[in-house]
Amino acid sequence: MKRTFAVSIGGAAGQGVATPGDIFALIFARRGLHLNAYNAYQSIIRGGHTFLTIRTGPEEVTNFGDRIDLLIPLNQDTIDRHLHLMRPGSAVIYNGDTIKPKDRTEGVQLCPLPVNELSKGSRNKVEQNTLALGASLSMMGVGFQPLEEVLTQQFKRKGDAVVTQNVGIARAGYDYATANFKPFADPLPMTGNKYAVLSGNIALAMGGVAAGVKFYCAYPMSPSTGVLHWMAGHARKVGIMVRQVEDEIGVINMAIGAAHTGARAMCATSGGGFALMTEGLGMSAMIETPVVVIDVQRAGPSTGVPTKTEQGDLWQMLGAGFGDFPRVIAAPTDILDCFNLVPEIFNIADRFQCPGIILSDLLLSEGRSSIDPKELAFNPKIDRGELITAAENNGKTTGYKRYKITESGVSPRAIPGVPGHVHTVATDEHDEDGVLISDEFTNPHKRRAMMEKRQRKIGGIERAVRPPELMGESGAAVTLIGWGSTKGVIGEAVEILNSQGIRTNQLQIRWLVPLHGQAIVDILKTSGKRAIIVENNYSGQFARYLRSETGYVPDGHIRKYDGEPFMPHHIVDSVKEQLAGRTNLSVPMHEIMV
Amino acid sequence: MATVLDPGKLTLTDFKGKVDPDWCPGCGDFGVLSSLQKVLFELNIQPHDVITISGIGCSSNLPGFINTYGMHTLHGRALAVATGVKMANHKLHVVVTGGDGDGFGIGGNHFIHSMRRNVDLLYVAMDNQIYGLTTGQTSPTSQRGMKTKSMPFGNVEEPINPITLALAAGATFVARGFSGEPKHLVELMKQGLRHKGFAFIDVFSPCVTYNHDNTYPWFRERVKKLEDDPSYDPSDWQGAMQKALLWGDEIPIGKFFQRTDLPSLDQAEPVLEGGPMALRPLGISKELARDLVAELM
Ligand SMILES: Cc1ncc(C[n+]2csc(CCOP(=O)(O)OP(=O)(O)O)c2C)c(N)n1
Ligand code: SF4
Repeated sequence: MKRTFAVSIGGAAGQGVATPGDIFALIFARRGLHLNAYNAYQSIIRGGHTFLTIRTGPEEVTNFGDRIDLLIPLNQDTIDRHLHLMRPGSAVIYNGDTIKPKDRTEGVQLCPLPVNELSKGSRNKVEQNTLALGASLSMMGVGFQPLEEVLTQQFKRKGDAVVTQNVGIARAGYDYATANFKPFADPLPMTGNKYAVLSGNIALAMGGVAAGVKFYCAYPMSPSTGVLHWMAGHARKVGIMVRQVEDEIGVINMAIGAAHTGARAMCATSGGGFALMTEGLGMSAMIETPVVVIDVQRAGPSTGVPTKTEQGDLWQMLGAGFGDFPRVIAAPTDILDCFNLVPEIFNIADRFQCPGIILSDLLLSEGRSSIDPKELAFNPKIDRGELITAAENNGKTTGYKRYKITESGVSPRAIPGVPGHVHTVATDEHDEDGVLISDEFTNPHKRRAMMEKRQRKIGGIERAVRPPELMGESGAAVTLIGWGSTKGVIGEAVEILNSQGIRTNQLQIRWLVPLHGQAIVDILKTSGKRAIIVENNYSGQFARYLRSETGYVPDGHIRKYDGEPFMPHHIVDSVKEQLAGRTNLSVPMHEIMV
Repeated sequence: MATVLDPGKLTLTDFKGKVDPDWCPGCGDFGVLSSLQKVLFELNIQPHDVITISGIGCSSNLPGFINTYGMHTLHGRALAVATGVKMANHKLHVVVTGGDGDGFGIGGNHFIHSMRRNVDLLYVAMDNQIYGLTTGQTSPTSQRGMKTKSMPFGNVEEPINPITLALAAGATFVARGFSGEPKHLVELMKQGLRHKGFAFIDVFSPCVTYNHDNTYPWFRERVKKLEDDPSYDPSDWQGAMQKALLWGDEIPIGKFFQRTDLPSLDQAEPVLEGGPMALRPLGISKELARDLVAELM
């Protein structure tokens, strides 16, 4: 098993949970430790309960794990909720003046800080946070230097006095812990690497930069808003036109307008906003102007739980828009994949002149992960497909047909402004030259030909996308099938099961359309005795999709729809109960009350 | 600005579309189409430097009947699409056309917001106070009392006044034309196309098939050109509001309002200093990439 260490910080919104979280993340990443962070929170600006878990370790950390090694409750509520989760060897650091642990857990080190005494009566509310940071780093064996660096950097703008004050308080916490608390048995090792810390949303936005996105627009909607914020903040620096639009109907239409001129255009939203975009999605397909839409899933239906995660939008993506048209849909499998997928899907959307959908979720988009900067490829392969951007034959071209019927179904696309290629694109059914056939000229033969031309692109798309591959050796006892964001947590469950003698492998689906159903079924024929589909929704949306495409029915299901992501033990325990024959549908209970 | 390939060589027929309009004989939209073609010809703008964008409706079929780049988009969405087009390639002349249902009903939200943003385009609404393509239902500009298939006992709602709405929403060029006054309309469109900012022209464009109340003769008796009154000052917003409220025996047409002191959206966006977004090379420098990652370390 990998060595990891998890810190959880909890408090009310407004109590400053984020800042110590960011500081931990920075310190870990700068010391060459990998990390994964997940914040459980609510749609509230003050109050409520926010619970941030950062798990770190020398090897890649793909999820927030099963175990909390250090709990930092910023208020009584947090300690009341979570103390019982603490296991022997763990510790709790808290403000001893205001917080009283109600029950004692065997083997858990309680570390009350005399905050008033240490901060010399200062009334600064976040001082308990800074003291706790100092104390934590002492107990983790990280040393004080990295914290001093981060605090200095963070408060530099506010002047030397503020820096000195904060460093002083952190030092007091550090020294107090060194003198009074027992350090953790196994100090965190360092590596010589330095990592960047990215949220999925930032990765998606930077993936857009790598893809050459020149137009981004959105209407704010959690949990997708982080993409807008990054784009807006960097628009001038990287040269992207960023617009906040009046609604999501406007968003997709504006993005398509921009895309039509030849710019790579992208937008992001969540389920509700996507619902408003569906007519536009069909337009993209009908006029054959590629656009990339990111849907960051949150718990639905309707407004649902804006700050909770789910994989509940799959069928919306599959069915969005009326009529039949080619589309591509892919779900990134981790935060680095959020970055890599954007240029990849743009290349496909451009080549096949159709809409591309990226299906992220709150877990990925708002989660954070350490990434080796070397892995962020800012100059990926770009394929714009058959795009005509300049006049040919001295601008004397005649007879250009925007929707020319071709074997591939792809017709060369001229952008507005190019002489000799003037044409009108239409959402009404049209002929090769763009002239409408929807009204009085309707001709069933032409309609059929146009329909088949567009749909022929699906064959090319299938060939352009690689089928999924089994992770691990076939012939196992259990194959766990997941899609998108669950790759990391399923992967860890697989490791645990294997270490306990239950041979398990994993099939993680990234491309949903094209699915490569036959390839999946072929893999599952030999992969393992029992196949179980793991997904973060109620009805088994992927299981139903796989069955509808292939007729394949798995042996079991593990589902979760309480708004929180899977933890490895949820999957491990579920597999065991299914192997014992107790059920073939497990719905693990989330133990952390957030 | 526009690249003129063969100056002086354009003819009016260069703007003729691939097919002839399929509008009902006598439809007001014919006058709007021919006025627009004339304006482009007279301003010597090359067809490939213009993009005509519409929604859905009889009037919205216009892009198919004119030889410019064109987009026949979704019902109500032309202005949103056009904003994307303009902001991605601000060198293009953008003309948006459509009906009153398209623009003020289903597209009302985009209408308001494109005006306050002062997107640089010419928006010509062909206002026939009815839904033509769907065979005659009440529209947002149908007058109170008007009987239609969807309000057979008479419209009980108050119509929108597109002119006051545009003035209130911050449009920087607001005018009204009449398809039965083509010379006047051509003049308005010319000014609108030259205007750097959002130019809105509401054009009375009678539906001879479904609107038997607001007909050519009905308008002829009532319309009065603002330009005929030398004392009218189109830079006076409040005066424009007052004129815009007139509806009855006298209905003003002409340029109600224009201001040129506000930047258009493309002018307000420093990102565009590097030229049209659509024509820029993809990819960023190694240094910039390094900077972006450094922010996260
Ligand atoms: C989303 C959507 N709703 C409804 C329609 C049907 N529809 C097409 S045109 C139209 C109204 C046309 O009226 P207007 O925009 O005033 O244009 P006109 O035909 O009068 O020129 C309607 C309701 C549609 N195409 N799309
Ligand atoms: S129905 Fe009315 S608006 Fe439509 S083409 Fe005929 S006259 Fe024109």
